Formats: sequence, C-alpha cells, structure tokens
Amino acid sequence: MMNAEKYMNQTVIDLPPSGIRKFFDLASTMEGCISLGVGEPDFVTPWHIREACFYSLEEGYTMYTPNSGMPELREAICQYLQKYNLHFDWEKEVLVTVGASEGIDVALRTLISSGDEVLIPDPSYISYAPITTLVGGVAVPVNTYEKDEFRLTVAELEKVVTPKSKVLIMPYPNNPTGGIMGKEDLEAVAQFAIKHDLIVISDEIYSELTYDADHHSIGALPNMKERTIVLNGFSKAFAMTGWRVGYACGPASFIAQMTKIHQYTTLCAPIMGQMAALEALKNGRQEMEKMIASYKQRRNLIVDGFRKLGFDCFEPKGAFYIFPSIKFTGLTSDEFVEQLLMKEKVAVVPGTAFGPSGEGFIRCSYAASVNNLNEALRRIGRFLESIGKNK
Amino acid sequence: MDNLTKELLILLENNNRLTTEQIGSMLKASPEEIAERIDQLEKEQIIVRYNTVINWEKAQVHRPTALIEVNITPQRGSGYDKVAERIYRFPQVKSLYLVSGTYDLCVIVEGDTMQEISNFVAEHLACLEEVRGTKTNFIMRSYKKDGVIFNDNTTDKRLVISL
Repeated sequence: MMNAEKYMNQTVIDLPPSGIRKFFDLASTMEGCISLGVGEPDFVTPWHIREACFYSLEEGYTMYTPNSGMPELREAICQYLQKYNLHFDWEKEVLVTVGASEGIDVALRTLISSGDEVLIPDPSYISYAPITTLVGGVAVPVNTYEKDEFRLTVAELEKVVTPKSKVLIMPYPNNPTGGIMGKEDLEAVAQFAIKHDLIVISDEIYSELTYDADHHSIGALPNMKERTIVLNGFSKAFAMTGWRVGYACGPASFIAQMTKIHQYTTLCAPIMGQMAALEALKNGRQEMEKMIASYKQRRNLIVDGFRKLGFDCFEPKGAFYIFPSIKFTGLTSDEFVEQLLMKEKVAVVPGTAFGPSGEGFIRCSYAASVNNLNEALRRIGRFLESIGKNK
Repeated sequence: MDNLTKELLILLENNNRLTTEQIGSMLKASPEEIAERIDQLEKEQIIVRYNTVINWEKAQVHRPTALIEVNITPQRGSGYDKVAERIYRFPQVKSLYLVSGTYDLCVIVEGDTMQEISNFVAEHLACLEEVRGTKTNFIMRSYKKDGVIFNDNTTDKRLVISL
C-alpha cells in the first residue's frame, strides 16, 4: 500500500481538522434536531436579486469578467462603502473576490513572508490562522474577554506584539461572539497599529448586521487607509452566502499584487454572482432592513431566554450569534455541546471551535425561526434540569 | 404611531399566536406593557380581527370565490359609500374595495357553490339600481394570499452546522 502522506505537503497535513466535524455528523442524521449552529442567514436571497440573475443569464452573461470584477460592480461597491466613510478608487483600489474568504487568502498571501506574525483576536472565525500557516506565517492569538464584550484591547495586543508582527486581523462585528468595536475602541487599536507599523486586514462581512449601534471601519480613521485592507461581501447582509461574492479594498499597491494572485488562481468571481451583487447594491436596501429588524427581534428573544435560564450572556451588538458562558454547568464546551445534542437534539457550536479563548462558551446562531428558537430554549432548560444546573 | 406599536402590529399581523411574553422579549418591553398596548389597539379598532390564512384547496374543501368588477353610479351626497355599504352588508361579500381604473368596486365573493355566487350576482348585486354593470371572474387557483405563498416547499436547505 502506497504511503500517501509522503507525497503531500506536511504543512497541509498538519492543519487541524474542523472542530465541528463530529457534531456535524451526529446532527445531520438526527431526526427532529433543532440547529442553532448555522453560520449563515436563514433567509433565502431576496427574489429581486435572484430574478436579476435569471435575466442576466437570459441575456447571455455567461463569460469572464475583468480580473478585478465588473466595472459597474466596483463602482457600486465604492459608492456603497462611503456610508462607512471609506473612499476608494474603483479602478485601482477594489478587487471583487470569491466571497470575503478569498479576500482573506489573497491578502495574507500578498502580505506575509516566511516567519511574519499575524495577530488574530481569539475567539474568531476559523480561517485566519490556517491560511497564515499555509503562507508560512505565524498565527498569534490575541485573547479577548467576555468582561470586555469580546472587544480587542490594546493591553492584550501589547502582550503579544513583537518586531516580527506584521499584520493585524480585525474581524468585527465578530463571529462567534457578536462583539463589535466602537469608534473609540478602534481609535486605540489604530494608534497601536501605527506605532508598531502593522498592516490591518479588517474583515467587515457582518458590517450591516449591527443593532443599537453603528458600524465603524478602522480603515476610515486618520492615517489608516494606507495600512488597511477592508474585506466585505454580500453573504450576510443580503443573504447571499452561496453566491460567493465579496470584495477587498485598499491601497492600490496592495490591490495590484492581490489581483495578480486572484488572476492566476481564480481568474474572476463568477459573473452570475457579480450580476446578482450589483442588483443587491442597487435595490437591496429595503429587503435588507427587514432582515436586520428581524435579526434584532430574535437577538432580543434569545438573549432574554438564555438569561432567564440562568446563563451569563452579554447582549451582542452585531452578527447573528450569541456567545453565552456555560462555565456554571461545570462542563467543557465540547461536553456541553455533545450532551445537549444527544439528550435534547439541539445543535450549537463549542466556543473552542473558534480558538482556545472560546473554552467555557458556546455559539448559538439566532438565524433560526422564532418557533425553533422558543423550542430550543425549552429544550435547553430541560437539559439544565437534567444535569441539575437549572436556575 | 411610535416604533414599538408599529413593530408590535407587524409581528401580530404575521403571527398572532406569539405570547405577550415572547413579544415582550423580542421588543424589549414587559408582557404587561404589550398586553396593554394590544388592548388599546383592539379598542381603537386598529386591530380588527385575528385571522388565520387557510389553504382550503389543500384541505379539499371546495370554496368557490369570484372577483367581481362592478361599475356603479355614485350618489349625490354620499358618493360611493352608500352603494358600497349596500353591497358589503351581504355576508357573501368577503372583501370590497373602491378602485381606480376601468371599474369602480372590486367585490370578492365566496360561496359554497358556483351556483350560489351566480345567484348572488344575478339576484342581488346586479339588480341594485346604482349598479350599472358587473363582470364576474371566478378564481381558479390561489397561489398566494395575504403575503403567504401556498404550497411553498422552500424548506431550510442550509447545512445543519457551519462556521
């Protein structure tokens, strides 16, 4: 028997597997399971956007677009981003990518040389660290805490920064915690980035989904444009996850190099998705606002529900997750998630899937129907009783 | 109208089986306050009735429905209102709208049989002296009603867990 491993890149082999595989396999086959583990909107893409895509196909738009994306779309993106005081030149400072995910990849590939350190808030979305490793960089977690509502603080950054630190990832509003960064929080981090000459990759995919608070981009702060790559996309705001359209905006010198990688690896984002994205930017505001209003109501419902069950749960101001502490149960995140799934058929994600700081927490998505949220709360209450930890 | 009341109405319009506790949680108000507001809205007849949208076709209960275009002569002093009242008082009339366009009143009539609806038009509606003409359109299939798509089989197609 051939030893396949010897033919493969050791760095790839050593990448950790996804932390949710076993729960996914269990939950997928479970009849009557309610999932609060889904990391995408529960809305289908609004009809006018889908319909615009049908029309573009009828009209024969089935070809490549320019590498950096359709000019009309790039122009529309620049116009849209002005709402966050971000000003970009659509010809030189925008790259349309295959989801914001590709943006993370090409940005890190462009910036990181062997041994460079990337500061990554912990807990965070799962892809920053593995991509850093793949490009030869060193992922350095920066702890964030519940007491700070999982905001990134300069105090924690100062603990881990070294002369080798080159890039800071800013994933806010944050998946999994729902934490956001206020303007003052960002100003402090911006000063830190300037002081240590760091480039910031600001992943703002959840920017539209903030409640009782406005989203601010670190790229809009004084002297930050030249050192910030802003990533965003259509997946969360317009319920367009499967379309795979995102964008990266930043200084022309960075974008030009990123575009080369994008050109050689993907050529261009799919034209159907770009057509749909253009329609979303032109006419999508009304439907989006309905979705945001609905998320907010469901956030209120689930936060209230968890608190009534006795959980410590700060009220997240962004994304569509809550990140309650489960420490009072005496269980680890993994144990809690597994037992809840087996006993009550409710699927949630252990905080540890998003980094070691996630231990003692679970991520619950409220992108689920009100009926399912209520039923999940009932079952979680019953679960707490069964382990003797009810309020 | 304040935002809270408007949000409350929209929630109830879509699902009037939410409890005051649930609505209170969603809108960050106490159940008592929600109950009070609902009471008030009922008194003011802003909330008129709690309806249920039923797909009768699926229940295999035959309920013929017709959309009748009616041209009328408005009356001195009362305009269309008096004639409209003479029509909407009939229990067979499910809905009635004054519309702009080529006819005046849009009358939705429901009956147990098509014959019953035909009789209603012939014996009651068309004979009213203010009615100048009618055109009866029987509804052949309901696709969507009050914002709800019938036979909508858009199930949750998302992966059970994703990061």
